[in-house]
Amino acid sequence: MAAEKPRALVVGGGLAGLAATIRIAETGTPVDLFSMVPVKRSHSVCAQGGINACNKVARQQGYSEWMHFDETLYGGDFLNHQPPVYDMAHWAPRIIDLLDRMGVPFNRTHEGERDLRMFGGSLFKRTHFAGATTGQQLLYALDEQVRRWEAEGLVRKFEFWEFLAPVLDDGGMCKGIIAQDMRTMEIRAFRGDATVLATGGNGLVYGKSTNSVICNGAAAIRAYAQGAWLGNPEFIQVHPTAIPGEDKCRLMSESARGEGGRVWVPRKKGDSRAPGDIPEGERSYFLEEKYPAYGNLVPRDIATREIFWKCLEGYGVAGGRMVYLDCTHLPDATKNKLAGIFEIYEKFTGDDPRKVAMKIFPAVHYTMGGLYTVYTPRSDYKGMEPGAPNNMMTNIPGLYAFGEVNYQYHGGTRLGANALLSCIFDGLFCGLSVANHIRDKAGKRAQELSAGLYEQGVRRQEDAVRQLIDAKGENNPYTIAREMGEVMTDRVTVVRDEEGLKLALNTIGSLRQRYQSMRISDTGTWTNQNLAFARALGDMLIYAEAIVIGATERRESRGSHFRSDHLERNDDKYLKTTIMKYDAANDRHTLEYEDVPTPLVKPRPRTYGKVEAA
Amino acid sequence: MIAPKKPEIITFRIKRQDARDAQPYWEVFEVPYKPNLNVISCLQLIAENPVTREGRQSRPVVWDCSCLEEVCGACTMVINGRVRQSCSALVDQLLEEVGEGEITLEPMTKFPVVRDLWVDRQRMFDNLLRFKGWVPIDGTHDLGEGPKESPEEQELRYELSRCMTCGCCLEACPQFTLDNDFIGANTFGQVVYFNAHKTGRVLMNERLDALMEPGGIADCGNAQNCVKVCPKDVPLTIAIAKAGRQTTVHSIKRFFTGKR
Ligand SMILES: Cc1cc2nc3c(=O)[nH]c(=O)nc-3n(C[C@H](O)[C@H](O)[C@H](O)COP(=O)(O)OP(=O)(O)OC[C@H]3O[C@@H](n4cnc5c(N)ncnc54)[C@H](O)[C@@H]3O)c2cc1C
Ligand code: SF4
Ligand code: SF4
Ligand code: FES
Repeated sequence: MAAEKPRALVVGGGLAGLAATIRIAETGTPVDLFSMVPVKRSHSVCAQGGINACNKVARQQGYSEWMHFDETLYGGDFLNHQPPVYDMAHWAPRIIDLLDRMGVPFNRTHEGERDLRMFGGSLFKRTHFAGATTGQQLLYALDEQVRRWEAEGLVRKFEFWEFLAPVLDDGGMCKGIIAQDMRTMEIRAFRGDATVLATGGNGLVYGKSTNSVICNGAAAIRAYAQGAWLGNPEFIQVHPTAIPGEDKCRLMSESARGEGGRVWVPRKKGDSRAPGDIPEGERSYFLEEKYPAYGNLVPRDIATREIFWKCLEGYGVAGGRMVYLDCTHLPDATKNKLAGIFEIYEKFTGDDPRKVAMKIFPAVHYTMGGLYTVYTPRSDYKGMEPGAPNNMMTNIPGLYAFGEVNYQYHGGTRLGANALLSCIFDGLFCGLSVANHIRDKAGKRAQELSAGLYEQGVRRQEDAVRQLIDAKGENNPYTIAREMGEVMTDRVTVVRDEEGLKLALNTIGSLRQRYQSMRISDTGTWTNQNLAFARALGDMLIYAEAIVIGATERRESRGSHFRSDHLERNDDKYLKTTIMKYDAANDRHTLEYEDVPTPLVKPRPRTYGKVEAA
Repeated sequence: MIAPKKPEIITFRIKRQDARDAQPYWEVFEVPYKPNLNVISCLQLIAENPVTREGRQSRPVVWDCSCLEEVCGACTMVINGRVRQSCSALVDQLLEEVGEGEITLEPMTKFPVVRDLWVDRQRMFDNLLRFKGWVPIDGTHDLGEGPKESPEEQELRYELSRCMTCGCCLEACPQFTLDNDFIGANTFGQVVYFNAHKTGRVLMNERLDALMEPGGIADCGNAQNCVKVCPKDVPLTIAIAKAGRQTTVHSIKRFFTGKR
């Protein structure tokens, strides 16, 4: 056993985890890859729009990596750390080339070049896409490369395994993980000389979001509970137009409004007539009324807020949380252009948007915050030192955070089509850092550590399971989860204020209390999803609390964080990263701020001019 | 909105199985009707309050899902006797299928049951490994763009690449059974997909050798059941024809050159 090579553990098989696995395996370091679902089914599969990179055509029109870098900072309201964003923008064209070589079926022009489309936050066509399922195509391409390394014997996959906790040695360095087989329910320790968490976002904390049902943020909180810090947890992106569903909210592309779709509500509160039966005069096209210049194409932030307010005031469709997005008046030719997104709407609602106004509502979409990470900047701050062992490492040595779970790159708001890029960039660029950490910094090999360390970790998790199964309380985990989602959506999404946040914190507090006296209806020891849900709920409640505390303390408006009681951005006080630490023994969060250095681009006002209206 | 009369209660008859080798049994659950429900949102409601129609306390049904927007392939089941994705199976439409009756949910029959509606589809992923489902690139270094491709070539590859490994095509296929070694339509599609890429083609001979083994393309009866049930409209007819042709050419070449 002592002869076994040091290995890396990667938790998460979305774009970030797969890219990391490929890069680490390429250095000859074996990788164990964990995922709650077969990696091909990871949430990255949902991304539709595309992936940004400066390209040949845009470059000749005056675009550059620098501009991509600058747009990302401007979009992020300057809360982003600049050296990693600089690298991401400069690596982007190379990443597209690599994906192209891996066989991603990017859309093509007649000459066989990669085709491009427009996206928000830029005046240049710089977004590469593969049909209407770019994320799926990228995920599959990386999955295929990982399968190749699997065939070579360098990668072992543990699919349907859930990460429960990192294992830290005496010096506080991460030396493995505890995980559970979701089918047999076996809990096991895995030794590893470095661990990458690439576990995605936390949309499920809000109940319904555009995310997959596995995006619960629990993995991040399990690291938080062991001393990892969170960065900017209060920054959550809300997309203005999604299709509300009983189970989740499905994204409805901005192009519906781009082509002339109009947003409206009935003038009468609680009007329950079918939309077609409500005459013109009894409709309020509130975006057009309030913003005559931009109308339905006001920037995302504004559209989201206005729709949200209308519904809170009681003007939503039938008094509920929906407004109409109406495309019924468009000429047939325009309707045909929108066929792709109409199909999605029809598939999930049964209604044909050609004939009936769509019902939409903003939905939680992306987690800008996440685990706090560090890096080694170059001396001129133009990028990170390649291969520096600490690139995107959390404050726990040997524990990394890549992809959406990493708080880096996007600051206060993420630009469309930048997430796929940041995930792959993390994996490819920082995968080398993981291998170098193992080679140079990891100290005593995980294989040589005492078995006791790992057995103790397993026992702790087994005890936690037994507690949940034995609990004889009266509360239902699904009910608690629903209430958590409701209060988070009501008070901690689009518009926030001191009072609402206080209410949310109290509610979460009492839900956490109720969590202590729960009863789960499945107490079996085989494929117990009820148990897994209840356990993750405990973590989600802690995440919810961190989000609310972060949002309460940040008394300014920046990016997606809008405070109706503090409307201005306040750089003097808050051009800072929120760092949150958790003392699990005493169940206490503490909050600190850290200055965001701005070595390359000085912050400027983020005016919602025409650039943002795209 | 065409609105036939809706019931107040929706009834689900669900085939359950507690463990791999356990005997299956049926349970009936009722869910209050609301517009725009799909099968998964009903299963979520049942999970919150798993009491059968007879009033007996049961346990939440176990099922597999992730994206809830018909793109990850996880949530396949047999619904009213037809294999499909449960996240996009709308209750309003299912009610039209069954009239006043019950909606039935069963696990796929061509894969071993893990529990309830969750089946083990590892065989599909193993096939991707066996057929070298990847483009053998030199490495992740910066080596410039990939091969150019016409929009027509891209279109075929894109359509093949939308296969989400859901297994509907295998459930419907008369040749594919729980315990034989037939490969099945989705893998034929993947073989053609990788063979269509200029670099992917490097491994074409190895893929076609594997296709000639027992359980390979020769066993396909061309009944085209697969095509009818594929939720992503993967062009399986074209794939099967191409895979057949490529294998024929390959075997003739092999015959004359004596080379593998
Ligand atoms: C509807 C939608 C459309 C989008 N469109 C775009 C777009 O067009 N362009 C763009 O750039 N971005 C887009 N995004 C954002 C982008 O898709 C995500 O940010 C990105 O895919 C996240 O990738 P990831 O690798 O970080 O994590 P994910 O893909 O979420 O993967 C997380 C992985 O971690 C695993 N995991 C999680 N918890 C555990 C645990 N406890 N134990 C074991 N494994 C665990 C999961 O199984 C999974 O494999 C979109 C997002 C949504 C919701
Ligand atoms: S054509 Fe028939 S035998 Fe061949 S894969 Fe399809 S269903 Fe199976
Ligand atoms: S070919 Fe179609 S039915 Fe078969 S696995 Fe792929 S997507 Fe599913
Ligand atoms: S849950 Fe992904 S296809 Fe249904």
